[in-house]
Amino acid sequence: MTTGKHLAFYASFGTVLMLLAVTAPLALAFGFFSATGSRAQFAPLRWISQTYMALVRGIPDIAFFLFFVIALDQGIEWLRHQAKCPDWAEPIRQGNDFIVCAAAKMPLNNAPESVHQIYGFALAVLTFAIVFGAFAGNVLAGAMNTVPHGQIETAEAYGMSHRQAFWRIIVPQMWIYALPGLSNLWMVLIKATPLLFLLGVEDVVYWARELGGTKNIRFTEYPHGDWRMWYFLALLVFYLLFTKVSEIVLSRVTRKLSRGQATAGGEALRKAGAAT
Amino acid sequence: MSCLQTVADYGLRSIGIGERLLPRADITLCEQVTLIGSGMLWNIYFGLLAILFGFFSATGLALAKNSAYKPLRKAAEWFIFIFRGSPLFIQFFFGYFLFLSLKQSFPLFDAFTSAWIGAAIVLWLNTTAYSAEIFYGALQSIPKGDIEAADAYGLSGWKRFRRITWPTLLRLAWPAYTNEAIFIFHSTTLVFFSGFPALQQKGDALYYASYFADKTFNPFIPYPILAGYFVCVTLCIILSFGAINRYLNRHLPSSKRPRLRLRPQVIR
Repeated sequence: MTTGKHLAFYASFGTVLMLLAVTAPLALAFGFFSATGSRAQFAPLRWISQTYMALVRGIPDIAFFLFFVIALDQGIEWLRHQAKCPDWAEPIRQGNDFIVCAAAKMPLNNAPESVHQIYGFALAVLTFAIVFGAFAGNVLAGAMNTVPHGQIETAEAYGMSHRQAFWRIIVPQMWIYALPGLSNLWMVLIKATPLLFLLGVEDVVYWARELGGTKNIRFTEYPHGDWRMWYFLALLVFYLLFTKVSEIVLSRVTRKLSRGQATAGGEALRKAGAAT
Repeated sequence: MSCLQTVADYGLRSIGIGERLLPRADITLCEQVTLIGSGMLWNIYFGLLAILFGFFSATGLALAKNSAYKPLRKAAEWFIFIFRGSPLFIQFFFGYFLFLSLKQSFPLFDAFTSAWIGAAIVLWLNTTAYSAEIFYGALQSIPKGDIEAADAYGLSGWKRFRRITWPTLLRLAWPAYTNEAIFIFHSTTLVFFSGFPALQQKGDALYYASYFADKTFNPFIPYPILAGYFVCVTLCIILSFGAINRYLNRHLPSSKRPRLRLRPQVIR
């Protein structure tokens, strides 16, 4: 239970948590930009963010994950290729191959193994952020529209500019409206983490398959039969606990944010406070 | 080789009819479109099966969750929690390995390790849990007056359920259920990436799309093709479920009919 491989298995739970910790803010940032973009007065910006949000939502996400990992990788290598080897004569796509000059490889061929892993992980994070950014953008755009219109009019009556009203009135108030959608999104994000396996990161699924497989006496000191079922049962329980804990935490946060808001939840809190 | 020839060779490749070897070199656009389309057969098979069986079991489960009998209610709640609280991807893996070890003690489970039945069962249970939650929510929001009126007319038991509760339940749940149906079709793409083997490379649409992306190292062609197919399937679902929605609400004045609000798709 404490061999090197098992330690890697335990560490991969850390990978999952780290992915969540990094992706959630990044996706939120993507979402915030696309939501503000969809309200922009400059039309092309509005179109771009609206297409982005519509596209990612309409197609199976797994296809997106598989697509973006390769597409991002090739895009980065292509950009580096353009920058570093301007006098490269041959075409980049030769039949079934994608060839860039050696200096443009990402990461470089002679880079250590850990760099490759970190790069793979970063690509995965970016992919997750792109896909979930679209979902978050939708939630935030909805929330921005839900902020009572009277508040914005009041702000304008006080002489605030469009920008000031956005930052001082809409942004601070939209979170309570966005929270149900965002907490739903968080649950979905948790449940999407095993897809890391498809992106080639050595995550919990990878190690559960690896460790649970039948071990022969010849190759290991601790032979056992096919235990993969039990490893996956453990993963199942891990995810169940994780969702349960998030549910409890999120309901607390909702309660906290509802205080003093002009919503049903806020009103209930106010009445409960007045009754005592 | 003409495109028609390709369609004849690979059109039913995903169910094992036609050319045995997949194209390896000089892959044409026609081959990609045909093979990915032939893979869609699996997605449609899994999706239809899950929706068909899931619909009835979900109604039962929603009623169980609403039941006054505590053990039944608790059991339904746990079922729903387990299947909604964990990733479908892990459920597929667990299901596959569960069937694999069952097979060793009971030969009865021999077929269950292949995707056509094993994965269909996992998908069925999963959609049962999600749809049951939708139906349960609808069951809770059936107008009190409807039930009272049914009582006043002397309807009770099965007759009340059949005549009053169930149609209202469906009417209320239908928009959300449409999203769930779109969703389960999108989830079918996970099957062949999660332990279930694609025997003799008989896989679904995403399986072939990723095969082409691997072979040509160019993701910009197969994935948009796949996306196109899925947009078509989604449109079909919207049209047919919209027709059912109109049928369910045919007694209401047209201004009061609930419109389908489509929010397809978030990962499971």
